[in-house]
Amino acid sequence: MTDITLENSSSNSPATGTPLLEARGVIMRFGGLTAVNNVDLTVNTGEIIGLIGPNGAGKTTFFNCLTGLYIPTEGQVTYKGTVLPPKPFKVTQAGMARTFQNIRLFHNMTVLENVLVGRHTRTKEGIISAILRGPGYRREEAESREKAMALLEFTGLARKAGHLARNLPYGEQRKLEIARALASEPGLLLLDEPTAGMNPQETRATEELVFAIRDRGIAVLVIEHDMRFIFNLCDRVAVLVQGEKLVEGTSEVVQADERVIAAYLGTPYEATPEAGAAGEADGSIPASDAASDATPDATPDATDATPEEDQ
Amino acid sequence: MTDTINTQQTPALRPALPLPEAAARGLAAVGGLATAASAFLAWTYSSAFPGDLTVNGYPGGLQWVTLVAGLLVLLYALTGYRVPGLRWLAPGGAEGATVIVAFGALATTWFTLIAIADELGGLANLASGGWVAGIASLVALLGALGLPRDGVAADADNPLKRVVGYPGKRPDLRPAPALPVAVELLIITLALALGLGIFTFGIDTSYGELFGGFLITAVFAAWALSRSGALGRLTDITSRHRVFTAVGAFVAAAIFPFTQNSDANASIGVNLLIFGATALGLNVVVGLTGLLDLGYVAFLGVGAYTGALVSGAATSSLHVTFPFWAAAITGAAVSGIFGVILGAPTLRVRGDYLAIVTLGFGEIFRIVVNNLDGVSGPNVTGGPNGIPNIPDLSIFGFNLGNAHTIGGITLGRFANYFELMLVFIAIIVLVFSRSSSSRIGRAWVAIREDETAATAMGINAFRFKLLAFALGATLAGLAGTVMAHVGFSVVPDPFVFAGPVPPNSAFLLAAVVIGGMGTVTGPLIGAALFYLLQAKLQFLQSYQLLLFGIALILFMRFRPEGLIANKQRQLEFHEDETESAAELSTAGA
Ligand SMILES: Nc1ncnc2c1ncn2[C@@H]1O[C@H](COP(=O)(O)OP(=O)(O)OP(=O)(O)O)[C@@H](O)[C@H]1O
Ligand SMILES: [Mg+2]
Repeated sequence: MTDITLENSSSNSPATGTPLLEARGVIMRFGGLTAVNNVDLTVNTGEIIGLIGPNGAGKTTFFNCLTGLYIPTEGQVTYKGTVLPPKPFKVTQAGMARTFQNIRLFHNMTVLENVLVGRHTRTKEGIISAILRGPGYRREEAESREKAMALLEFTGLARKAGHLARNLPYGEQRKLEIARALASEPGLLLLDEPTAGMNPQETRATEELVFAIRDRGIAVLVIEHDMRFIFNLCDRVAVLVQGEKLVEGTSEVVQADERVIAAYLGTPYEATPEAGAAGEADGSIPASDAASDATPDATPDATDATPEEDQ
Repeated sequence: MTDTINTQQTPALRPALPLPEAAARGLAAVGGLATAASAFLAWTYSSAFPGDLTVNGYPGGLQWVTLVAGLLVLLYALTGYRVPGLRWLAPGGAEGATVIVAFGALATTWFTLIAIADELGGLANLASGGWVAGIASLVALLGALGLPRDGVAADADNPLKRVVGYPGKRPDLRPAPALPVAVELLIITLALALGLGIFTFGIDTSYGELFGGFLITAVFAAWALSRSGALGRLTDITSRHRVFTAVGAFVAAAIFPFTQNSDANASIGVNLLIFGATALGLNVVVGLTGLLDLGYVAFLGVGAYTGALVSGAATSSLHVTFPFWAAAITGAAVSGIFGVILGAPTLRVRGDYLAIVTLGFGEIFRIVVNNLDGVSGPNVTGGPNGIPNIPDLSIFGFNLGNAHTIGGITLGRFANYFELMLVFIAIIVLVFSRSSSSRIGRAWVAIREDETAATAMGINAFRFKLLAFALGATLAGLAGTVMAHVGFSVVPDPFVFAGPVPPNSAFLLAAVVIGGMGTVTGPLIGAALFYLLQAKLQFLQSYQLLLFGIALILFMRFRPEGLIANKQRQLEFHEDETESAAELSTAGA
């Protein structure tokens, strides 16, 4: 995990521009649970930013706060300098589009129709002109179809334009979600685990796709558990652990950070007497201060950490 | 041993009866022929049974239906023999369809025999012809059940599909090359003429038994045509000539009153159209947008009351007389506004809550109009007496209340309204199909499919749901304005949630769901079916709601997508998959 080469990310990182998305002090509480705790994040134009963290760290919740699906308990999200209204459709209108971790396509619509729905905010013909079908309506509809087909071409789904979305294989459904999001002509694309369930080849292809999207001038914020994917792609990576941002930095910085490794591998179980030797052998990291108030002593550490995980 | 294993692997590919194939085909063909022939024999000794089945040598009443059913069995059995010229009947394989029509013939014949025995008092009333018919139809079915299956071994858990194969997957149905345009247009014309003929026969049936037999045969025949792929071929052709088909269908419908020599059936026809138009409006809300509205009939009521109030009726509290076009627009607009007023608070809730809230609003409407009678409130609606004596419409000096003779054929009052309503249906169909295939319609369907994803794609879900509500209400209001004039008076009674007579919210919903949500033809066919059923099977009045419930349950179990499945075109987009399914089934066989 730690020994991947970094040519890709360094060679592709362009000069980053002005701040696009700025999240300040975002807090999201569900009753007693603080799923996102005081997270700051900035995405600049032309950047690919990674958001990683163990399961349940609050990554998806943070996405939902950014896109208006949740109204953050506290904090502020601005896009291009203006505060985003906490309504998903207004966020998309403003220029941020997203995909979902659990695929949420319109299953009984065709692939093309799915992408056309994505164009909703960039078209404006109303019900009257839809019924009258004047030249303006026809022009807009033709343009929408053309752009949607171009996006299907871009994502490699053109061949399947007429298929129902539910009949696509898993990997193509994920691509269709990306195409649908791109159809809203976003300035920032948020991808929630775009390669989940994909085989290595498909993952590679998705990597290429994300670079191609960035090359179109669209910034990308991506959640992913596939570290190879993240470290290949991202200009910066933020690590979320238990709702808090642990570190943020370039791939090298994050990979080298001991707290990240500790957060992922966890100290408690490897520190138990049975696994103790193995844990020390490949981890070879002394328990750090930030990972938890771990003590060198194995047994208290395990009992300490268990309730902490349950929170 | 091997047998059991085979059964488990490919349950749908083994015939239901272990007969040699040649014997099975022979039995089916002979049985079908004998069933048809039996129609020429006397079935009973007494002419007391309606239709007079005592004549040897000439069929009467239900025997005509049996004749058709028997001939269908024969035709499909012969198609199985690859008789040249019959291939078009079963491009997707004849065997499953043979089973279906054989079931239909058996059901029709036995239904008749049981009706005879029941009405005349005992089996002794059956003459030899009746026994021949009963046995012949049974033989045909036994033969058909021995035929090899043409279905795919999918859905083996569905008992219906285990017997007749899987209706949706026709393994060897390839897209047919287009025929010359003239031939295709001729086929469409013939199909429409046939449709008109069948509809006219059904609505003309003068007694319930005949309608029952007709309905059984018609339903099984339609199912068989769909199962064998013939209907799919026809759909392919009509989809290449949409405008021609739509115009042709309206012309065929407009011809209907000219085939009638009394106004009684036109009365059924116009009420059917009003019901159908309202169902199409509801389809915007339920079928496209996926909002369960249980109080929808209230919008028809708003339109009807508005139409009545501005009609110039002496009993109307507004003493104004709008010309009809203005009345129609007013009715539609007021109903649309009510849609927004009701939708704005109710559409904030989703799913089950929405259903309950709309149900409540539907009842509130009826109770309010019942009470706005000048006693417990201002006199607006005339309370339980409603607004009677609504004058007939006059359009360009053409009084729809009078009979007019056109081309030697007299069109009565209801026939006039039928033609008027047909124009309205044309408008409603146009509005529905154009809005559903636009940016707006896509937004509605997206909301139906996944509201969260739809909002994440930039759709203001609340606004579009409100728009759907308003459009649906507007269309119902339009139908309501005509309804006010057709029915002479407007009273609160019909605008209930559930009742034995359409329109009511439950029947409207059933017409949409059983017809096929989100389609244009589905709700119209569903509405026609429901309306004719209750109009023709009057003797079932007290059981109607029970039967209606049973029908709904059966439909949801066996064909949840409704009669007309949306996205039928998916078949043409999935050639590759259909082909691989064909390979699979040949490999399995
Ligand atoms: N709507 C909600 N109500 C209550 N708790 C929630 C809600 N949504 C998320 N949570 C909780 O918030 C925490 C963070 O969940 P989230 O889905 O954001 O994690 P994640 O980082 O995306 O994890 P994964 O990698 O598994 O996708 C979890 O403990 C989850 O149970
Ligand atoms: Mg997640």
